[in-house]
Amino acid sequence: MAPRVPVPLTAPAPPAEETPRNRKRPESERTPAGAASPGVRPAATVRGLTRRFGDRTVLDGLDLTIGRGEFVALLGRSGSGKSTLLRALAGLDGEVEGGLEVDGSVAVAFQEPRLVPWKRVRDNLTLGLDAPDPAGKAEAALAEVGLAERARAWPLTLSGGEAQRASLARALVREPGLLLLDEPFSALDALTRITVHRLVLDLWAAHGPAVLLVTHDVDEALQLADRILVLDDGRVAHEWTVAAQRPRHRDHPDLLTLRAALLAALGVPPEGTA
Amino acid sequence: MSVVELEGELGSAVRGDPRPRTRSGTLSGVRGPGRGWHRWVSPLVVVLLWQAASASGLLPARLLAAPTRIAATALDLVGSGTLPTAIAVSLERVLLGFAAGAVAGVGLALVAGLSRAGENAVDPIMQMLRALPFFGLIPLFILWFGIGETPKVLLVALAVSFPLYLNTFAGIRGVDGKLAEVARTLRLGRAALVRHIVLPGALPQTLVGLRQSLGVAWLALIVAEQVNADAGLGYMINDAREFLRTDVIVVGLLVYSALGLLTDALVRLLERRALVWRREFLSR
Repeated sequence: MAPRVPVPLTAPAPPAEETPRNRKRPESERTPAGAASPGVRPAATVRGLTRRFGDRTVLDGLDLTIGRGEFVALLGRSGSGKSTLLRALAGLDGEVEGGLEVDGSVAVAFQEPRLVPWKRVRDNLTLGLDAPDPAGKAEAALAEVGLAERARAWPLTLSGGEAQRASLARALVREPGLLLLDEPFSALDALTRITVHRLVLDLWAAHGPAVLLVTHDVDEALQLADRILVLDDGRVAHEWTVAAQRPRHRDHPDLLTLRAALLAALGVPPEGTA
Repeated sequence: MSVVELEGELGSAVRGDPRPRTRSGTLSGVRGPGRGWHRWVSPLVVVLLWQAASASGLLPARLLAAPTRIAATALDLVGSGTLPTAIAVSLERVLLGFAAGAVAGVGLALVAGLSRAGENAVDPIMQMLRALPFFGLIPLFILWFGIGETPKVLLVALAVSFPLYLNTFAGIRGVDGKLAEVARTLRLGRAALVRHIVLPGALPQTLVGLRQSLGVAWLALIVAEQVNADAGLGYMINDAREFLRTDVIVVGLLVYSALGLLTDALVRLLERRALVWRREFLSR
């Protein structure tokens, strides 16, 4: 078993100022760290969150703060409560106990794209969209994810990658303060996944929402996140800040060290000892 | 191919390989051994044998009239206006009964499908009533409503309402809960959820119910028209029985089946337009 103590491998990034949306931000000024800086409300604050299913306590007094514009990856073994936490933040779980505060709107992209099959791709984006010129916004969002010419297509005719991009566009067109990603890349093939990873980073840089990415893929977390959390026994058991510049190379020495620590925290024995 | 079968294929295709399929998909390849004249040979042979049996006296006209005789009678009945009038009367009964039954069936399904309280109020009664053999209700209907148009229209309405109720209710309850979650994350209100997710999601199953209900609508009409009708196709057939006119009876039966096929084709047309989002996927 890995130690239960949070082990910061790299120094936490200094609290940064709130960054305006819709602007490409240079690497240096991005990302407030987890702790909220004074005067700036964090994107999401979770205090003592508990969720029980019958006798089983899945979340047990969980605390978490997500800074504005921060990209947080949430890892954990299956059944560790990752998706439960995400569903609570999405407002899909009415039976959680504890404090849950989200500043601004929340949007979700699910593991399966969950496009409404009887609405054309564009109408999926405008569904429930309360903004002037929803159609124009939808077209712009689709262009951003490279689906401009599929706006009139039926969702069932999209490929897996296209559907997932449409799902991202549907989430982003709402200009959320917090974007929840529930293993949205796990069903994609390896090549598509790389493309969509880049797309997510570009969209994040352009729109600046805080992101909570639930994943079981350690490398995905290392590629994308500012901060990586490991959930165990219903709490955040480990926490690392990833300071490496993006785009990150897999064999960056910091990432390799962090990878080993992450795998240990997830209960995967080091190579050669299995 | 029924919608239920389509659903199976759709489901497995969605769960399977998410990459785009090529145009030479197997779905269209499997379809249609109905190439040209081959399929007309055996029915034609049967009609020819039937004609030969009638001509040779093997099949007397009081049991079954010859095909040529039936065709001539059909022309006579059309020419004299008897058949068009009878069809008009029967069509009116079916349309009225169908409309009333559809409103009741779909309306009750909405009440039961959209709320627990509605389900508790409506569903037990509907499940009990559906166990009743509705043709068995004819004696009661005659006592209650006499022998005029009302019991005939009501019998059709009753027959129509159950398949529509059951299928629409199942359709509403079968709407993917994951889409309802999406609707919540998209901040759709209750009305918008029903309009954009629940009703369109229930539509395929409702259309299955529509086809079933049109089938039983004609069946109910035929039964109702055997009882004390003084106009309509059923009356024409009963009247012909008195005079051993098997040719007229067969014409009446053929008209029944033609009308049934026609309404079924109409529903399929409706299906094709309403479920276009699914068809394009299947035809890839």
